[in-house]
Amino acid sequence: MSDLAAWLVLAPALALLGALINGLFGRSLKEPLPGILATVLAGATFVLSLIAFVALQGRDHAVVDVMLWPYLQAGGFDLSLGMRIDALSVLMMLIITGVGSLIHLYSIGYMHGDAGHARYFSLMNLFLAAMSVLVLADSFVLMFVGWEGVGVCSMLLIGFWYQTKTNADAGRKAFIVNRIGDVGFLLAMFLTAATFGTLSIAEANQAAVTSPFGSATLALIGILFLVGAAGKSAQLPLQVWLPDAMAGPTPVSALIHAATMVTAGVYLIARTAPLYAMTPLASAAVAWVGAATALIAAYAAFAQTDVKKILAYSTISQLGYMFVAVGVGAYWVAIFHVFTHAFFKALLFLACGSVIHALDGEQDIRRMGGLGARMKVTGATALIATLAIAGVPLLSGFFSKDAILAHAFTSVHLDGYGRYGLYGVLLLTAAMTAFYMFRWYYRIFAGESRMDAKTAAKVHESPAVMTVPLAVLALFAVLAGYLGLPEFAFPNWIAQWLQPATLGGLTTVPFEHPALWIEWSLILASVVAAGVGLALGWWIYAVRNGAVFTGLAEGPLARLSRAGAGFDAAYRAIVVGAAEGSAGGVSVLDRDLVDRGLLGLGSTATILGRLAARLQNGFVRAYALAMLAGVTVLVLVVAWLGVRT
Amino acid sequence: MAAAPTEAWVALSAALFAIGAIGVLTRRSAILVFLSVELMLNAANLALVAFSRQWASAGTAVAMSGQTVVFIVLAVAAAEVAVGLGILVAIFRDRVSTDVDNLSEVRL
Repeated sequence: MSDLAAWLVLAPALALLGALINGLFGRSLKEPLPGILATVLAGATFVLSLIAFVALQGRDHAVVDVMLWPYLQAGGFDLSLGMRIDALSVLMMLIITGVGSLIHLYSIGYMHGDAGHARYFSLMNLFLAAMSVLVLADSFVLMFVGWEGVGVCSMLLIGFWYQTKTNADAGRKAFIVNRIGDVGFLLAMFLTAATFGTLSIAEANQAAVTSPFGSATLALIGILFLVGAAGKSAQLPLQVWLPDAMAGPTPVSALIHAATMVTAGVYLIARTAPLYAMTPLASAAVAWVGAATALIAAYAAFAQTDVKKILAYSTISQLGYMFVAVGVGAYWVAIFHVFTHAFFKALLFLACGSVIHALDGEQDIRRMGGLGARMKVTGATALIATLAIAGVPLLSGFFSKDAILAHAFTSVHLDGYGRYGLYGVLLLTAAMTAFYMFRWYYRIFAGESRMDAKTAAKVHESPAVMTVPLAVLALFAVLAGYLGLPEFAFPNWIAQWLQPATLGGLTTVPFEHPALWIEWSLILASVVAAGVGLALGWWIYAVRNGAVFTGLAEGPLARLSRAGAGFDAAYRAIVVGAAEGSAGGVSVLDRDLVDRGLLGLGSTATILGRLAARLQNGFVRAYALAMLAGVTVLVLVVAWLGVRT
Repeated sequence: MAAAPTEAWVALSAALFAIGAIGVLTRRSAILVFLSVELMLNAANLALVAFSRQWASAGTAVAMSGQTVVFIVLAVAAAEVAVGLGILVAIFRDRVSTDVDNLSEVRL
């Protein structure tokens, strides 16, 4: 491989090697070894990503295609498995392996003393391998392999402490809900193959831009891919698995359920950007699913009392933002938000893990408070992440979120599909985000301690192996946004970098370029929204100490929020109820018809057998008599027949 | 002495066979059952020899085949006795009795 960038195809193999070693021999390795091995291999994949990133610099429309091996050749249909290394996949690889390595390092501290640590690191490496395959794949088929791979790892890691039934159930729930989305992905693949005659992503994109603009087939493919993306990225109506996924170890939540895997849906749509650019209808569906998800998830985050569940709903909400971004046609903006979100959300989760670690597994926000003074690094880094996600100016979340809001406002692609409505929903959600994130931070790290004395006495700052990743992530949570400053007035590196990779020079998605004062007003509106949310949070939780909510806390609105807007209950009543009902019917049929029929056949044979066994009475002379009688009869028959002829 | 007619030999054979069969059915001692079986075998041999002689006097090509079969029967019977007596000895060692009615362990 003469091209340095092409070495990136080894990343999945390296991670897989780590998974195999830890999976097969991990039991016999002493405790820190599996973690160190997994972290080193994760770091190696990061180095490969960095090399590829540097190698791609300065090239015009940089794409390196590596053909691995031919896979399906039937008639005119030709599918080879290969990997595409371009600006988009390399950036995703940097996020995945970079944040992934930090979280591996952190896990050495977090999983210290856990009996299953080798299994844990094996699965984490396996996840990295699958995620790399997903991101690097050049065909939908190979992408689907990674897509399912990360799903399996997600299930296994959510149910990591499977001895508790609710954890195992949560893992299964995540897998089953993802399977529903996968049906959409599969159907979209079938339709792509039938329509364009190819499953290569690049060829499908090329074929899409030569199809009639806005055709029903394109819209259908787009909507089916959206179903798949919604399953993986926890968007309405398939978002129910992500809050439950918090049953897994916290670093898993940080890596898989915040920074990387759940952004796969956004990546899928960005990868097929030319297709979506040709169908405003499917794009509008993506955007509105995202906006509705962002709003509802932010609402559900209000009344949660589990520190991780607040973050889970926050993740769903932020993923909604990314969906709006890909929906309005601002593909690079979506990946930009994936990029910044990966840092501050991973940081939030890891800070959360640090707190849970210090409090011996306590996750209830009502029994925390005042921890900032005792856990200085965790508290300070968590504050940075909170402000970043809230959209406080000059931190990373502000730039990416503001870019999404501005692009929703100026989208020409979704003209006629309510782009100002999208903008309004997102602006409201931004204020809500600032509010619930302030509550999250204040309830854990500030105010008075609500811990019992025994727990409070044991509170300690986590070891360096955990705080160093926090500090590194905090640095990026501050700085990552400067790669994508507002385009109208500043240089914007990330747009230049990603634009050719997403739309691939095949087509363009137009945006309005409003007057400068409108652009600045949009930024001001974002700042005000964040400010209002934070101020409201400050007033309610810091000044009034939550007293405003004493009446509301048990009201129907709070209960609806706590129940995640009631989706779980509705699914239990409709889907699970119907499934259990029909399964009950089938089981009755199986028991009373099939089972009884077969058992009846068996017992009939037994009865006949017992009757026949009576003949064998053990009385030898009786056998001889029976034989003599038989022979006599035979002889008589033969004699009689002989006479007749 | 005038040769007895074939019918007489066959009648004797049938009588011997019937006696043997009755012996097999009625005797409980395995040795006597054995003896009776031998009687039946030799009844069959007698019939074979009688028919063979009749065919020989008729001058057909298969004249001696009946007598040949008798030798085969004798040989098989000898082999059977060897095995059968071996089994009998083993049973006798095991239970100091050769009563066939008691041999019913493999009954269902």
